[in-house]
Amino acid sequence: MRPPAPQADQNQATGIVGYHAYLPAYRLRRGEIAAAIGASARGVRCVAGYDEDSTTLAVAAALPVVQGREPTVGSVWFATTDPVYADKTNATAVHAALDLQPGILAADLGATVRSGIVALLAAARDGGLAVLADRRGGPVGGTDEREGADAAAAFLFGERDPLARIVGTASVTAEFIDRWRAPGAPDGGTWEERFGEQRYAELAGQLLARLSDGGVELGGVRRFAVAGMNARAVRRVAGTVQEATGAKLEGGDLAGIVGNAGAAQAGLALADLLDAAGAGETLLLISLADGADALVLRTTGAITQGRREPLRAQVDRGVTIGYPQYLLWRERITADRPRRPDPDRPSAPYAWRNRPYKLSMTGGRCRTCGAVQFPRPRVCYQCHTADEFEPVSAAGQTARIVTFTVDRLAFSLSPPLVSAIVAVERGGRLQCELTDVREPLAVGDEVVPTFRRGATVGGIRNYIWKARPVYRAAPAVPASAGAERES
Amino acid sequence: MAQHGLSDRVAIVSMACTRFAEHFDRGADELAVDAVTDALDGTGLTRDDIDAYWLGTYVSGISGMALARPLRLVGKPVTRVENMCATGSEALRAAVYAVACGAVDVAMAVGVEKLKDTGYAGLISPKIQDDGTRVNTSAPANFSLLAPAYQQRYGVTPELFRAAMTHVAWKNHANGALNPRAQFRREVSRESIERSPAVAGQLGVMDCSGVADGAAAAIVTRAEDARRYTSRPLYIKALSLVTGDGSGAADPSYDYTSFPEVVECARAAYAQAGITDPRRQLALAEVHDCFTPTEIVLMEDLGFAGRGRAWRDILDGVFDRDGELPVNPDGGLKSFGHPVGASGLRMIYECWLQLRGEAGARQLATAHRGLALTQNLGGAPGDCVCFVSVVGSRPG
Repeated sequence: MRPPAPQADQNQATGIVGYHAYLPAYRLRRGEIAAAIGASARGVRCVAGYDEDSTTLAVAAALPVVQGREPTVGSVWFATTDPVYADKTNATAVHAALDLQPGILAADLGATVRSGIVALLAAARDGGLAVLADRRGGPVGGTDEREGADAAAAFLFGERDPLARIVGTASVTAEFIDRWRAPGAPDGGTWEERFGEQRYAELAGQLLARLSDGGVELGGVRRFAVAGMNARAVRRVAGTVQEATGAKLEGGDLAGIVGNAGAAQAGLALADLLDAAGAGETLLLISLADGADALVLRTTGAITQGRREPLRAQVDRGVTIGYPQYLLWRERITADRPRRPDPDRPSAPYAWRNRPYKLSMTGGRCRTCGAVQFPRPRVCYQCHTADEFEPVSAAGQTARIVTFTVDRLAFSLSPPLVSAIVAVERGGRLQCELTDVREPLAVGDEVVPTFRRGATVGGIRNYIWKARPVYRAAPAVPASAGAERES
Repeated sequence: MAQHGLSDRVAIVSMACTRFAEHFDRGADELAVDAVTDALDGTGLTRDDIDAYWLGTYVSGISGMALARPLRLVGKPVTRVENMCATGSEALRAAVYAVACGAVDVAMAVGVEKLKDTGYAGLISPKIQDDGTRVNTSAPANFSLLAPAYQQRYGVTPELFRAAMTHVAWKNHANGALNPRAQFRREVSRESIERSPAVAGQLGVMDCSGVADGAAAAIVTRAEDARRYTSRPLYIKALSLVTGDGSGAADPSYDYTSFPEVVECARAAYAQAGITDPRRQLALAEVHDCFTPTEIVLMEDLGFAGRGRAWRDILDGVFDRDGELPVNPDGGLKSFGHPVGASGLRMIYECWLQLRGEAGARQLATAHRGLALTQNLGGAPGDCVCFVSVVGSRPG
């Protein structure tokens, strides 16, 4: 039975108006993981910092996309296989950190790999924000741990000036056992890879047929990418699509140089496609997870201006950590604890009252004297006027280190605790923790606020804003310099 | 409106101080009973003759019952006070005011702290329930911010500043070595100070005060009644307290090279006591050497040294026991540790001994000047409470 052809949704947004992929700062050599069980492996995987989880990764990807466009965001669709909470929605913390209006829907899509492409399809329908963020691990030393990745990508759909217009979407659904995991369990299982490979090859065939039936000219596709957890299936389907369309495969090497980011993999693949594309190109994204899903886009002239830092530029910028560090950060092993009291559980009512500061780093600018302070106080420290503040957020601004210290006594999830007084670009000073510190710090160093997790006490995860130093890539050697050396 | 000094209206007629130590065999109750009993000893007063008590304790008891219960004080007004590291001094301040205003004839200030029951390293602060946004830095980390800021502002090399920090630790331990009540009674070499394990910023373990248990007490009466109880009372010349508004981190004009609260507090105290040249008028100063950079900055904030000059004066021995103005001749927090509620009264106790000529091997040649200063600092640079007192051996 041939299913009905897909139809254009009346409410469908025009296209993608902004996107960003975020790779955390850390890299781990797979050989080091494999060596733990006497095996060997090649390549590198991307690892989140100790203070990053799926929610903070989501914010890191989405903040640059959303900033300045908050009123246009129609919804938030959050995809991850590693949600921080069950029962409680995780997308609400992302919504709060992005300082979005209360009147929009923010929803999790369930802890499944397929939720990644589903977030894209959902956001495409309602001009929403698709945020795909994941932390992938697995049994110690095993394939999942080696080949997983921690990463995130965010895509904002809308009407005005899209970088890429939506050409069509298609989905096929199938129930079979290829990969599974009990809710909340760290490690899951997979069936023999060849079984899933065969299923996904069939499903991809159906998917292409549906796209074609829906009016998508497959021969016009210029670039495509395939995301999925079954590596054999991804390779096979990539070959099939190449044959069917003659398009160029993008991101075929991502699994090797970044790893597979689970529910975020479709997002990395799409960001990589968009990074590579010129104007007027048709792009095809396929996700293989419990079925097959496709998103077809056509880039516009805005594609080159709308780009942020490309995914590939972040790949080589990582700091290599050792396997014991990874295991500690993932709480697979337990570190020696300092003789200091454990942190307290954050108070829910206090956090609710203080949510502008706690979740979106918002303070106040005194309307009388202009002094900026975080969080917003009742009384201005400078002119003592009460309750005359307008909100001002430090998120998205830069800041400079006024003074700092490395604290080897205080509690930290990854000692030592580094903290600083920072002066925010457009006014105000505050004390915060620093994170992702790779090099010795100096007064005057540039930092940017970043949303991170603190300790989890009584099951409550303490989210806070920290700051991380800005490390600019070394300027490329001008071509002429090389020419001179040769002459 | 203005603050007014007490103009020698109140006198300390007896004091006591326990040894400061890791008293694993004594609780807060026992330390309090020891201090109160020793303070009453020789005065002819009993606990019932004391009209009102103030107990300063930071984490070792709640309410005045923390003192009334162990001492079985019946029918007495007993109040617990807390103001961070100025807690012990607050107890004295309350007792002095009660006597000065005529509400009572005889009052006692008691400071007690039991820190060594927690098993934790460093000082533990009571936590107010919050939402986890406050950066949970340790005290040494907070005070370590002074060092790089000072070096940068005054162009002092890290090596010279390190030498000054080392001198503070070396001096205070050398003083403490002569004090039977100190926690640490050993001189410490400059090498071992500089080689001690890193704690925070430029601070090593030997730049930090220790953690100890202890108690101290003072009995105060109207000045005209003082000689009924002792032939050599100490007169209260000034009591000053400044509580910071916590704006240091937010205020771009604050640069972490000074404690504005201390500057203001000292100014008020000197005005009350009529002090115009503290470096030459004071016989000694007991200041809050919680960390070595703190003492360096305090020398300037208290007017003992010019701005940017304290590190040099310290290296020149100006504040050594035989220097121009001995600072922390009893060994300071470095030698005593810092049982928070007791420290303020422990400082007054050294003034009591020195100005009465009872300091034994530590007796200072400057004691004839007849005036002594104590100072406490609680909190962190940019966000602190400061107390300054001046006591004297002669009525004005």
